[in-house]
Amino acid sequence: MNALLPLPVLLPMLGAALSIVGSRFAALQRIVGIVVLVAVAVLAGVLLVAADQQGPLVAEMGGWPAPVGIALVADRLSALLLLVSTLVTLAVLVYAIDQRIADYGRATASTTFHPMYLMLCAGVSLAYLTGDLFTLFVAFELMLTASYVLITRRTGANRIRAGMTYVTVSLLSSLLFLTAVALVYAATGTVNLADLAGRVGELPRGLQTVLGMMLLVVFGIKAAIVPMHSWLPDSYPNAPGPVAALFAGLLTKVSFYALLRTQTLLFPRDEPWTLMLVLSVVTMLVGVLGALAQNDLNRLLSFLLVSHIGFLLYGLAVFDAAGVSGAALYAAHHITVLATLFLVSGLITRRTGTVALDRMGGLLRTAPGLAVLFAIPALTLAGVPPTAGFVAKLALLQAGAGSGVAEQAVAGVVVVASLLTLYALVRVWVGVFWGEPQPPVADVDPTDEVLVGTARTPVPMYAATAGLIAASLAIAVFAGPLAGMTSRAGVDLLDREPYRVAVLGGGAP
Amino acid sequence: MTTVNLVMATTVGVLYGTGFTLLLSRSLMRVLIGVVVLGHGTNLLLQLAGGPPARPPILGVAPPEQFADPLPQALALTAIVITFALTTFLLALGYRSFVLVGHDEVQDDVEDRRIARQKAPSAPLEDGAPHEGDPLADVERADDEVEAEAWREAPR
Repeated sequence: MNALLPLPVLLPMLGAALSIVGSRFAALQRIVGIVVLVAVAVLAGVLLVAADQQGPLVAEMGGWPAPVGIALVADRLSALLLLVSTLVTLAVLVYAIDQRIADYGRATASTTFHPMYLMLCAGVSLAYLTGDLFTLFVAFELMLTASYVLITRRTGANRIRAGMTYVTVSLLSSLLFLTAVALVYAATGTVNLADLAGRVGELPRGLQTVLGMMLLVVFGIKAAIVPMHSWLPDSYPNAPGPVAALFAGLLTKVSFYALLRTQTLLFPRDEPWTLMLVLSVVTMLVGVLGALAQNDLNRLLSFLLVSHIGFLLYGLAVFDAAGVSGAALYAAHHITVLATLFLVSGLITRRTGTVALDRMGGLLRTAPGLAVLFAIPALTLAGVPPTAGFVAKLALLQAGAGSGVAEQAVAGVVVVASLLTLYALVRVWVGVFWGEPQPPVADVDPTDEVLVGTARTPVPMYAATAGLIAASLAIAVFAGPLAGMTSRAGVDLLDREPYRVAVLGGGAP
Repeated sequence: MTTVNLVMATTVGVLYGTGFTLLLSRSLMRVLIGVVVLGHGTNLLLQLAGGPPARPPILGVAPPEQFADPLPQALALTAIVITFALTTFLLALGYRSFVLVGHDEVQDDVEDRRIARQKAPSAPLEDGAPHEGDPLADVERADDEVEAEAWREAPR
């Protein structure tokens, strides 16, 4: 069973290599991409079941035992997020393939899109599975470098600025990450997370705070925590539809996972975390208020994405098993629903030819199916019962209610932010679906991939979006078993012992 | 816990300071040099995390207690490769920006421009998407279109 652990990283890498070699054969690239992602999804499911039954699975690379060698670890949290992420990447790939067929023809292969897409998946898998701080850095680099290429490929003159902002900010945070790794190593002499869990606690209190804050800033930039979020609403709307959906679904959540893992494992605390509580409130409110001011559909969704990172932070701020478990459940829901909304935005844009809300309307009459595809994820994001968003928010609110007074007060902010999210999405609904149908805006720049004009939309693009909605509904239907699993994951995360014993062996000090 | 000597600590500090200052400038070329300098500072710090210089960690060459810590060197090597790859990518990006826009300066933020126009009541405010119904953006767009032509013709 443990031999399966490297496969979610290796398979996409081999697939990427194969699609570079076969970059003249479009059909081969498509088949390789889909087969690899289906295989990784199956593997992630197997790992999840195994990790839930037997505790964390560990594979030591090259046979070197931890903490000397690099360990890959799959526990409930990482396997669950890996499964959800892979399902989202698979659906987005199907959508992207059919969009490419519709726009460029069936025979057009790409030397960059498919290889980079699979490399990004390899980076995401490695980030979830690694048990080593430096390998986490490498995983982030793998993921981000692929994302730099995906966001800047085929950009026109008016969009290259956004790509530059994204690349520069991400590079800065990566260099800070490397600095943090160097400081952690200088202080403790190890980069293995399980080993660090024991050694960081022996450091002076002030040094612990410095290292914890360094990692908070690093992952805060990558996860778009306010006030380190301003790059996100600038860059995501300028990526092509499927790429924006992929980024919105995965990148910030992988960073949140890294934040959750490092803070719970290395810097345990017995009481709620006030700083994180403040960040969570600011992120929720700034994000959603920013969304209310937008007229660009994708910018609005980007601000909502930032706002809902705050919900995840709330679970971490409560810092007990219930809070962490709520955050894990919310992350699973958040990955699916944000990717779905960006995909639907892509479908809407293909009909209207514009992302400006005041220049479209009446789609309820011309495309009623699209209205259904928008309404379900919108209600899910706002947390209207009985959707997955409601289940996840309920888990967070219950965790908050069982905590201190400040946490209960912030639970009120969670509700307010949810209502404002609903208001922002109702504005989208009114702008896009109600009113008089408006003629589509002509495509000003045919080479631009973001506004593709009113092109034909193949059925599989709708099917991929509907598949993601079905996944989101499945989270609501299977909320009981899922919540059971995340609460076991939450207990394990705060206990820390299962992880350390699994990695370092029974004799862990 | 390892300690570093003052010269190295100062060097790391100067590299970080220079790197961050360059990162804040508008020209992408300066940003690129900033990333390179900051990357050097980080790699030096990573190297220093292994402690003072010592004998090469090869069995039979030196007694094990005189070995240098090999792990930070391996980490620094990986990090150097990654920063090198990203530097080339940034160079390519800067070049494309130069081909497309004619300069490599980071442009004004669209939101900032809208807010600036909001403060000047003489200019009409269009609450459109940044790139549509935006007179300023339209002018720039026309300029950019001409320059984009060369890119569009290029094979990809």
